Amino acid sequence: MPSSLVTGNSLLAIDVGAANTRAVLFDVIEGEYRFVASGSAPSTAEAPIRDVSEGARNAIEHLQSILQRKMLDSSRDLILPSQTDGSGVDGLVVTISAGPSIKTVVVGLLKDVSLESARRLTESTYARILDTISLSDQRKPDQQIDSLLRTRPELIVIAGGTDGGASRSIQKLLEPIGLASYLMPAEKRPAVLFAGNEKLAGDIKTLVGSLASSLHFSPNIRPSLDIEDLDPAERELAHMVVTIRKKSLKGVELLDLWAGGHTLPTAYATGRMVRFLSNVYGSQKGAILSVDLGASSMVVSAGFKNKSVLKVFPQFGIGENLTGLLNYTTIEDILRWSPLDIPSSVILDYLHQKAMYPATIAATKEDLVIAQSVAKQAMYLAMQTARRDFPKDAAVIKPYLTPLFDPIIAGGGILSDASHPGQGLLLLLDTVQPVGISTVILDQNNLLPLLGVAASQNNILPVQVLESGAFLSVGTIVSPVVSAKYGTSILRAKLVYESGVEAQVELKYGSLETLPLAIGETGKLSIQVSHGADIGFGPGRGSKDIQVSGGALGIVFDGRGRALDLPSDPVRRRELIKKWNWTLGGG
Amino acid sequence: MLAPVHHVIGFTTIIRERVLPVSGHVTARLQQKVTAGDVVAEARWAREHVLLDVARILGVSPAMADRLIKCKVDDQLSATAEIAIGKGLFPRTVRAPREGRVVAAGGGQVLMEVGEAKIELRAGIPGTVTQILPNRGVVIQTSGALIQGVWGNGRADSGILVNLIEAPDTVLTPGRLDVSLRGSVILGGIIKDMDALQAVADLPARGLIASSLHPSLLQKARETRLPILLTEGVGVLPMNSAAYKLLTTNAKREVTVNAEVYDRYAGTRPEVIIPLPISSEPPMPREVETFAPGLQVRMRRPPAMGMIGSIIAIKPGLTVLPSGLRAPAAEVKLENGETVTAPLINMEVVG
Repeated sequence: MPSSLVTGNSLLAIDVGAANTRAVLFDVIEGEYRFVASGSAPSTAEAPIRDVSEGARNAIEHLQSILQRKMLDSSRDLILPSQTDGSGVDGLVVTISAGPSIKTVVVGLLKDVSLESARRLTESTYARILDTISLSDQRKPDQQIDSLLRTRPELIVIAGGTDGGASRSIQKLLEPIGLASYLMPAEKRPAVLFAGNEKLAGDIKTLVGSLASSLHFSPNIRPSLDIEDLDPAERELAHMVVTIRKKSLKGVELLDLWAGGHTLPTAYATGRMVRFLSNVYGSQKGAILSVDLGASSMVVSAGFKNKSVLKVFPQFGIGENLTGLLNYTTIEDILRWSPLDIPSSVILDYLHQKAMYPATIAATKEDLVIAQSVAKQAMYLAMQTARRDFPKDAAVIKPYLTPLFDPIIAGGGILSDASHPGQGLLLLLDTVQPVGISTVILDQNNLLPLLGVAASQNNILPVQVLESGAFLSVGTIVSPVVSAKYGTSILRAKLVYESGVEAQVELKYGSLETLPLAIGETGKLSIQVSHGADIGFGPGRGSKDIQVSGGALGIVFDGRGRALDLPSDPVRRRELIKKWNWTLGGG
Repeated sequence: MLAPVHHVIGFTTIIRERVLPVSGHVTARLQQKVTAGDVVAEARWAREHVLLDVARILGVSPAMADRLIKCKVDDQLSATAEIAIGKGLFPRTVRAPREGRVVAAGGGQVLMEVGEAKIELRAGIPGTVTQILPNRGVVIQTSGALIQGVWGNGRADSGILVNLIEAPDTVLTPGRLDVSLRGSVILGGIIKDMDALQAVADLPARGLIASSLHPSLLQKARETRLPILLTEGVGVLPMNSAAYKLLTTNAKREVTVNAEVYDRYAGTRPEVIIPLPISSEPPMPREVETFAPGLQVRMRRPPAMGMIGSIIAIKPGLTVLPSGLRAPAAEVKLENGETVTAPLINMEVVG
């Protein structure tokens, strides 16, 4: 290893979540950055405290007690930079996902073009789209004004006009927005992002500049009809979200001050890390997927060869928005994931109670089964929705299935808190439904977004922490795409360990199998398929001597078919789910 | 670890801020005694707007239209009032389509607000106005018993509390309701069916305090004009014993049901207030506690959801729960004598 480039700066990262706030310390150990420890405390965005800095201080105090290292002074302010007595830290970065979804109105010229791009842009952050305005809107301008005054958006995202293209139409669309903003009290006016025809910047300033709480510009997200470029606008939007949170959540301003402006929305920071990983490792391993199931939202971030996709779904979060889940699904669809026979009324009550107390956790086995069934359906819906925006040229085995992802990184409370990695893995297999060969990594300390925001202050830290083993390798997953009768042999595999010892497995349709391969070990995997099964090399084609890495569950073979088709008979389905849980050690 | 507090207190000082959603006029006076139904502030709110594109209607440029427009901002116009008259032999006239106020004029257009509605802000709780918030609302102080709920339908009213439950898990049936209950606040139990809810609305009662409500009745409860407050939540949940004892012992007293919608960020919660005479001002309730042995807690998740217990010991470090999850936990002796280990995050202090 070459001598370290690191100058010895410690970095504290704070993640303010809807339910919990975490304080994570990174420091230099033996010349390289390492994840040192993590402290946590309940978040305090809500009443009665209503100050997120209190939860952050409590999390830092927890971290102090773990490390026996002083980071807060007698006034409970962060000691910055570190002192000669070893107290304090050299830098702070912050990510935030706490707070209600940001009320947003999306404006675009054409419904299927710029409006659609503006919607996709808005879905990259913690926003709830309350209204859309486009040229095809049948409402009169005064009705649009009334709608804006009723919804009182905190954010308006405007797109439209190809560069050098139409300008009068977009001006017409903006008139109701300017008038509605004019009628709102100054402190309630929305922030406006214009991501359309760049030549209109001057007109936009004239029309809404003095009437918006703040006006922001980004490069055109739809510079031509067939090109969409969301990345620069996503960055601008991320900074706007932090500004909105500073106004609406007490304590964000203070944390951002301590962090010297290095604050990002958690989802954006995750997306940034996935983009980075995709650039560094993408060419070797294909597209990268990160899923994070949190109380405030479900975040899906995918890095493809030339494009990244970041989707934030507050409607599928497993916290305060849970009662709204039934707008997108049914109780029967939630129950299909349950290994226990649970009455639908219990699920309905659970959704309401959990929405009322989002930070509470499952204490009993039955409650955990319910929580995981709900989480599975939420994640399943989020993946199905996110897939619509994956690039058309993404590598796939079948166009209607999940693209080929490797690795898949999973984070969020329900995954990282699972009592056994097998429970978390089954949740991923059931909902993401990966195809081909993928490695699954569990972000058990939810470090990914923190590394994403840390990169803005220290670009060596994320790389060194990633390579330090701070993430838990769950294993290598082999998921053949095949159609066969239940119980038919579809795959035979041979694993040759470094020691030369061999292990073999036969996978039957409808089952899960594992081969042990411990964390840190490698092996060579040879696979023979039958019945036209496709593991990414083409139908019926196996492969020899694939280099595979170990993990907590070794090599997992998922022979349950893609798309996963659960038996309609509830008794048989529940027995199978129990068996699959048992196979993966989840009990 | 900090603990949220669920207030069920026999005697306390209650201070509440009541604020208009838009700027308006405060009608209450400092030190005025108010009842829950008294109006303390009011505001006017335009429900609709009308945008008149004068330039387009008259077929002139915006600059020319601005010169022809006769009204200015804040002018009150009657329906058909002249807004602008065009030029020529047969000039066209632009008239106000409805009565309203001009809120913007320029660029060849006139924007009017029409369909003005009056918003009345009621006190919500009985007490004394201790602070005027200019153009926004008031602060009201009172003393008495305070019972917080977890769900409210956004309405408030007062009346004599009538107890219709024999036990915390009593189910309210229409047969228990008769005309003698008209105008009272009903202490019901579990509401399982539409008939019971409809019967309360039909009386009409001045309020309903229930432990829980079937999820299918939520929409109806939201639309019902009388205040409805749930002490436990949605489902089939018996009333917690602390609320049950305090409410049943105060039957036949005047109570206020302020069934505010629970807003976790603003801190508003539905509550029952029972004003009581005071000789000296009781202490204010504590909003945050720290979990410690001896504290009375309410369980927010299974096992024993909704039950009250007393913390025996806080477990050190993380405890492996029956679910397999690990979390800071405490041993709690429940009121039925059973002892359970539960995560701290699933409890709230009662007091």
